Amino acid sequence: MVADVKERRGVAGIALPSLRGATGPLIGLIVLCLFLTFATDKFLSVRNFLNVLDQITVLGVMAVGMTMVILIGGIDLAVGSVMALAMMVLGYLNVVAGLPMGIAIPLALFVAALNGLVAGLLITRFNVPAFIATLAMMSITRGLANMITDGQQIIGFPAWFNMMAIVRFGGFLTLTVAVMIVVFIVGLLYQRYRHGGRVLYAIGGNAEVARLAGINVQRATVLVYVVCSFLAGLSGMVLAARLDSVQPSSGVSYELDAIAAVVIGGTSLSGGTGGIGGTIIGVLIIGVLRNGLNLLSVSPFMQQVIIGAVIVLAVTAETYRKRK
Amino acid sequence: MTNRSPILSLRGIQKSYGPIKVLHGVDLDIHPGEVVALLGENGAGKSTLSNIISGTVQPSAGEMTWLGKPYAPANPRAAMDEGVGMIHQELKLLPKLSIAENVFVGRYPMKSGRLDRKTMEDKARAGLQRLGLDVAPDRPVEGLSTGKQQLIEIAKALTLNARLLILDEPTAALGGEETQALFRQIERLKSEGVGIIYISHRLEEIRQITDRIVVMRDGAKVQEFDRGDVPIRTIVEAMVGRSLERMFPALPVPTQEVALEVRGLSSPSKAFRDINFSVRKGEVFGIAGLMGAGRTELVRAITGADPISAGEVLLHGKPVTPRSPIDAIRNGIVLVPEDRKLQGVVLDHSIAENIGYANLGEIARNGWLSTRRIREFAEDYIRKFGVKGRGGQNAGELSGGNQQKVVLAKWLARKPQVVVLDEPTRGIDVGARSSIYDLIMDLARQGVAVIVVSSDLEEVLGVSSRIMVMAQGKQAGILNREDANDVSVMELATI
Repeated sequence: MVADVKERRGVAGIALPSLRGATGPLIGLIVLCLFLTFATDKFLSVRNFLNVLDQITVLGVMAVGMTMVILIGGIDLAVGSVMALAMMVLGYLNVVAGLPMGIAIPLALFVAALNGLVAGLLITRFNVPAFIATLAMMSITRGLANMITDGQQIIGFPAWFNMMAIVRFGGFLTLTVAVMIVVFIVGLLYQRYRHGGRVLYAIGGNAEVARLAGINVQRATVLVYVVCSFLAGLSGMVLAARLDSVQPSSGVSYELDAIAAVVIGGTSLSGGTGGIGGTIIGVLIIGVLRNGLNLLSVSPFMQQVIIGAVIVLAVTAETYRKRK
Repeated sequence: MTNRSPILSLRGIQKSYGPIKVLHGVDLDIHPGEVVALLGENGAGKSTLSNIISGTVQPSAGEMTWLGKPYAPANPRAAMDEGVGMIHQELKLLPKLSIAENVFVGRYPMKSGRLDRKTMEDKARAGLQRLGLDVAPDRPVEGLSTGKQQLIEIAKALTLNARLLILDEPTAALGGEETQALFRQIERLKSEGVGIIYISHRLEEIRQITDRIVVMRDGAKVQEFDRGDVPIRTIVEAMVGRSLERMFPALPVPTQEVALEVRGLSSPSKAFRDINFSVRKGEVFGIAGLMGAGRTELVRAITGADPISAGEVLLHGKPVTPRSPIDAIRNGIVLVPEDRKLQGVVLDHSIAENIGYANLGEIARNGWLSTRRIREFAEDYIRKFGVKGRGGQNAGELSGGNQQKVVLAKWLARKPQVVVLDEPTRGIDVGARSSIYDLIMDLARQGVAVIVVSSDLEEVLGVSSRIMVMAQGKQAGILNREDANDVSVMELATI
């Protein structure tokens, strides 16, 4: 009997390898979708589904980076501000300085990644707690983003840039959604099938065991913060395309949304368990919930209350399941 | 002595943790104005016994009488209120608070509802001066030397006005003069009728200040001397005694070729100084010593886990002094660390992943790997080492012995040249121990140089062809198997 149960669990584990440990959130997502299907007549349609995808692109790209940081037991509070800084660098280089997008975008991403490098070095070389280091970076980058235009927004990107977020290729995917899906796939593959990805689990599980096992914990840590900031920058590019403008006040408290998505997806804040598969579901839960609450005409203030309740529900359910 | 009634009497005190019995019915009397030495090897039960007296731990069975009344403190506070003071082996000071605050923590002198800082500092200063320590009582504890912190800990106990004082290794961090100052205070307390339990590994001190010696072994009182002035050899023999014979596999014959050599190795924290030894291929080299002798720090430094301030490590004559565990592992020098649960395995990850973590480079092809490939790689070693568990099972679900095999398996997959095992069988039951010993001998037979650090004297004697004894950070001597016995090792260890 016992062996039988374990065998079956094993099969499920192979069939849905990326969802291992995220079955709880997945069930939650399905229940949520079923509920909205019956509660509203507009929820279940291709059009609405594509809307949801469009709405979660920024959060989705950002949450992948956040997952890696949380997986090693860290935290990155600066992603919202880093996103704003990358957007302002993009606007300045393209609109003000007149550089082509082909140069402006890579440079904006580079600036974003640089912030992660600084945070990573503060954490590993100077032993600043991740919370403090990224809190400081959050303030610094927000200030820098504002300094570029003295708080003003920048408009006037080339027309095709905005089209990336509007035109549905094959009647289906916008380019921004495609970017998110590529990030999801690359993230998933990296985390599960690359040497560098598996190492993150070891570090988050027990950094001292990892160090004694000959894993370069410091290098991996710095790399994770660089990647997280790079993806924050990339989510900034996506947001810029969607808004067709950039402003330094973008992305305030986005870091908290990203953390919420990761946590709802079943990644433990203490590190070592969870993963990007769960985060994708967490992002979808937040996206579907917001979409559904809008369809039900729930006020945005009430929505905040509900999302808070969902975070509590997700985490307590997970804790309860583990204790059993 | 018999016509005075004791301050404290213990009758048949037992303590068990789950199925493991650590105290087997101890009887003990402490009279006013006497210093009783409590001696024994690591794990003999001294600390458990003093924790029971000081209310930190509750006995499983037995009775205590305090000044003629039944005594069963529920917590350290209750014991303190009765008049039991304890100085712990490890320092328990609050670094950010001032010296005076530390001395009076939890029992601050009050005046009209407010902290009476002046009285507190005056009393603290008086307490410190009695110990010959001249520091301002309002400075924070942080930054003081370990020796000075130890004296503050002692001052704290002296100001308790205790009827019974327990000193657990009070002189471990003290210099000669500080120790003498402490002894003068002990004499004063004796004349005031305070009873003192004195735990120490420094047998010379014991002879100097104690009136009575109680020797413990394996959780029981094995011998009692009615005077302090007993020859050290007699005490040591009582400490090591003759416990059950354990079976150790036959030692392989080491080659003449030196594999690992350590020259003048010192640590920046001075945990060990100027260590020199070499280990041959196929040799099992034991390192013995008491707690705090610097053994763990030494082997962690050799394997790159802790920093080195001077000296070098050579492998087959080539300098390989490691700066990180990665350095050491690349050279084939690996560590099976002392604390399995905190340093050896990730408890909530699977056995396969745990074995995999030290071998990801090997398992991956062009950097690609999968859970299945890690599982397949690990299954081999799980079978080879007889780990009782499936690859997908969490390491935390295994017994200590099987966890240790997982740690060994993760290293042996890399075919190391030097394997260092720190306390390889601590907390592992007897049956599993012998299979760990077999693994150690297999390694040596394959030409690996093995270093075994152990507090278990019988174990070091049983598995090593040579034994280095450390005492207070220095190497006290290296004994050949023929010359090594419990007495010769303990004599070196208690210098």
